[in-house]
Amino acid sequence: MQASDIAASGPAALTKPRLEAASPRYGEKLVIGLLAASAAISVITTTAIVVSLLVPSVEFFGDVPIKDFLFGTDWGPTFTPPTFGVLPIVVGTLSITFWSLLFAVPIGIASALYLSEYASPRSRRFFKPILEVLAGVPTVAFGFFALVFITPQLQKIWPGFLGDGPGIFSALAGGLAIGLLIVPIIATVSEDAMSAVPNGLREGAYALGATKSKVASRVVLPAALSGVVASIVLASSRAIGETMVVLLAAGNTPNLTLNPVEPIQAMTAFIATTATGDIATGTITYKTVFAVALLLFLMTLLMNVLSIRLVRRFREVYE
Amino acid sequence: MSELTEERFSEKTDAEEAPPAPGERAIAVQPGRFHAAGDISSLEKVFELEDISVSYGDAPAVKDVTLDIYKQEVTALIGPSGCGKSTLIRCLNRMNDLVPTAKVTGRLLYHGEDLYGPKVDPVQVRKLIGMVFQKPNPFPKSIYDNIAFGPRILGMKGDMDEIVEKALRGAALWDEVKDRLDSNAFGLSGGQQQRLCIARCIAVEPDVILMDEPCSALDPISTGKIEDLMMELKREFSIVIVTHNMQQAARVSDRTAFLMVELDSTEQNRWGRIVEYDATEKIFTNPSDPRTEDYVSGKVG
Amino acid sequence: MSDEFNPRTARAEIAIAGARGATAGILSDQPRRDVIRNSVFASLLFLAITIALVGLALLIGDNLIKGWPRLNMDLLTNGTSSLPDNAGLHSAIIGTLWIMAFVILFIIPIGVGTAIFLEEYTSKQSRWARAVEVNIQNLAAVPSIIYGLLGLAFVARGPLSLGFTVITASITLTLLVLPIVILVAREAIRSVPPSIKEGSMALGATRLQTTRKQVLPAAIPGIATGVILAISRAIGETAPLIPLGAATFVTYDPSGPASGFTALPLVIFNWVKQPQAEFQVLAAAGIIVLLAVLIAMNSFAIWLRNRYEQRW
Repeated sequence: MQASDIAASGPAALTKPRLEAASPRYGEKLVIGLLAASAAISVITTTAIVVSLLVPSVEFFGDVPIKDFLFGTDWGPTFTPPTFGVLPIVVGTLSITFWSLLFAVPIGIASALYLSEYASPRSRRFFKPILEVLAGVPTVAFGFFALVFITPQLQKIWPGFLGDGPGIFSALAGGLAIGLLIVPIIATVSEDAMSAVPNGLREGAYALGATKSKVASRVVLPAALSGVVASIVLASSRAIGETMVVLLAAGNTPNLTLNPVEPIQAMTAFIATTATGDIATGTITYKTVFAVALLLFLMTLLMNVLSIRLVRRFREVYE
Repeated sequence: MSELTEERFSEKTDAEEAPPAPGERAIAVQPGRFHAAGDISSLEKVFELEDISVSYGDAPAVKDVTLDIYKQEVTALIGPSGCGKSTLIRCLNRMNDLVPTAKVTGRLLYHGEDLYGPKVDPVQVRKLIGMVFQKPNPFPKSIYDNIAFGPRILGMKGDMDEIVEKALRGAALWDEVKDRLDSNAFGLSGGQQQRLCIARCIAVEPDVILMDEPCSALDPISTGKIEDLMMELKREFSIVIVTHNMQQAARVSDRTAFLMVELDSTEQNRWGRIVEYDATEKIFTNPSDPRTEDYVSGKVG
Repeated sequence: MSDEFNPRTARAEIAIAGARGATAGILSDQPRRDVIRNSVFASLLFLAITIALVGLALLIGDNLIKGWPRLNMDLLTNGTSSLPDNAGLHSAIIGTLWIMAFVILFIIPIGVGTAIFLEEYTSKQSRWARAVEVNIQNLAAVPSIIYGLLGLAFVARGPLSLGFTVITASITLTLLVLPIVILVAREAIRSVPPSIKEGSMALGATRLQTTRKQVLPAAIPGIATGVILAISRAIGETAPLIPLGAATFVTYDPSGPASGFTALPLVIFNWVKQPQAEFQVLAAAGIIVLLAVLIAMNSFAIWLRNRYEQRW
């Protein structure tokens, strides 16, 4: 019914307008249902991950006491007799993460400060894509680079007074490669935080006669601190979860040591080496893999929650 | 255009014959340019509002509005900013539904039907009651597709080219764009874009056109063109216009409602209330309420 | 200080600390020392970002140099072989293409659908919306190897039992990159001004019609960019594929969703692990090919966005 029907009828014949829905629009309701189902998929995925990790782990801890797992120092689940002390591979992961942060944190924060406070627009247009490309390099390339470039170079320049240099595999080689890999994370997130610092704060310091270096280090960096810390947490989480680089460069020998030149095995490397697809469901090896994966998942989840809180905090301060 | 000027001259003559009211105050509007609002008893009501109150969550926006809007008139809502004029007009086509915290109480009848009844579909309502917004909002499409969007969605029958041309003529835009219907609507000037939005609105042949400060983002010349357009449009449509420009209300409307802001004791909440609603001529020359008089004579607001 | 009157907001605190620092600096340093300090500082910063640049250059350069002898058409046409002279990326390329075809098929409806649902059909306060958002954020941070384990437990075996096939690999990678697509699609949809949606609905269009005919067309360049970014991420991933039958990666060209699979990064990974020096050359060449593909895709995505982005 067109409105012209109402207009034409005049005051005498008041035709009632039809205000109910012209059709039940089932098609639309179906589509909206499908949209909701798509959104549910992410919830389902998380549930699936948790379930797939929990079920074998629970069975695992039925056979292996948690204390032996978490605090044992002997990791040999595929040996006979198998030992399940996870500390060596946890320490391996943490050692690599430490060396990677040692490299990436100063480089990343300094790069962020440079881009945020010093870089000319032309400079930015050059360096930002560099960081983006670096972020897009596949991890197998980083692993290969560590194996065939970093390790030989390290061996070449290793100063004698530090003792033996690294062998084919070492925590340091893996750590440096991962460090390069995570520099973009620290640099871009920190730079976002620094850009969010209001210009008024900088101008106030400049007005007092401060130099640029003072403004950058005493005003901008502290102001962006929670964002910077968030970036470091995010980068650590990424380093902890990295597989290919550690697999190719750090070795596959569980080794409870913090010595960077020794080969170690990270948790991810253990999972990748052991879960090669022909392991049978239900075997102790299978369950071990998932127990380690659960530990890995919890570690990264914790760090992720932490970094979200930090990001929220630095946003709240300025908005 | 000349047709319209003739109409105005005849009205002007009528008003000059009426005796001036005693103690007439100086109003910043040219006397005699009012439109003869019809005698209420013979007019058909389009909207009947009874104690309409709107709040967003806990904050009231407008309270206890009771008035009737009549067919084929231009009804203006005026008042200072914050008095809820936009909130009120958006009740009439259920656009407030799009705000999750909005709550509307009271009775709102449209041609005798409850607009907020349980079975009422807001989508149907908006097909009959169209809206033009403060800032022109053409779609990022060609001029033709902008106009054709509504009729296509509604499945209107007929030749689309004809529908588009009729709408553009009705909005006094046809001559300016007829050679570039395929060009992007964003290339038009502000005033043209707003007339495009009006054309888009009338293409679906609504019953009522709501205008929420349609000229406030435009220059005076475009404003004048749109005001002239309104005089044409009211032959076919009933128009409700919100404006903060009193002179505009005086120029174009038949009936005017004046809303005022009220504050509660803590001065935290503010909302709007109808102070006076009458024929435009009366509101601007001889208002009953002193607050109305203060506002229209420019003493406040 | 009472609660009512507290002028020391966080901004003020930082401003005060900065001012103190600046003043202390001025009062104690002589101007010349300042200039030197400033230059040294700036140089250090520039050095840092140059190190990142050099790192990238070394990576690409080293691979280019090492892989140069094998960077020719044979690399792309040879299939898998245990003899380095006959080995090439052909099966890997076919495998990657098959896997990515299905990933695209999956991520577009699911990713865009989720984005539309979150942006248009839920309010910011709804608990549903927040739960989904939190889930997406957490999924984005899960290590990629765990997605591989998920694929092993639920897709290859378990309820779906699809075996070690192309489709399994596609589903696993879809779940991995879904958060990227959702994030980018949401931003693209959000950038459509509310006034356009209001204008459409005021004409009597339903929300779905408005989404289909106004919002999506305008958001398509942004969404396309997001899809391309997601695919380039998926192409480079090795770890999630390892638990999906590393022992059974095929040497022939994959032929369909149900066939066994292999992929570019997997073949490269295999080559890296081989002892023969010739395979190292192949690995380097393979990495260059992979990098070239990724850079091409990302550049295309950026060009696409710049060319077709709707400016409001």
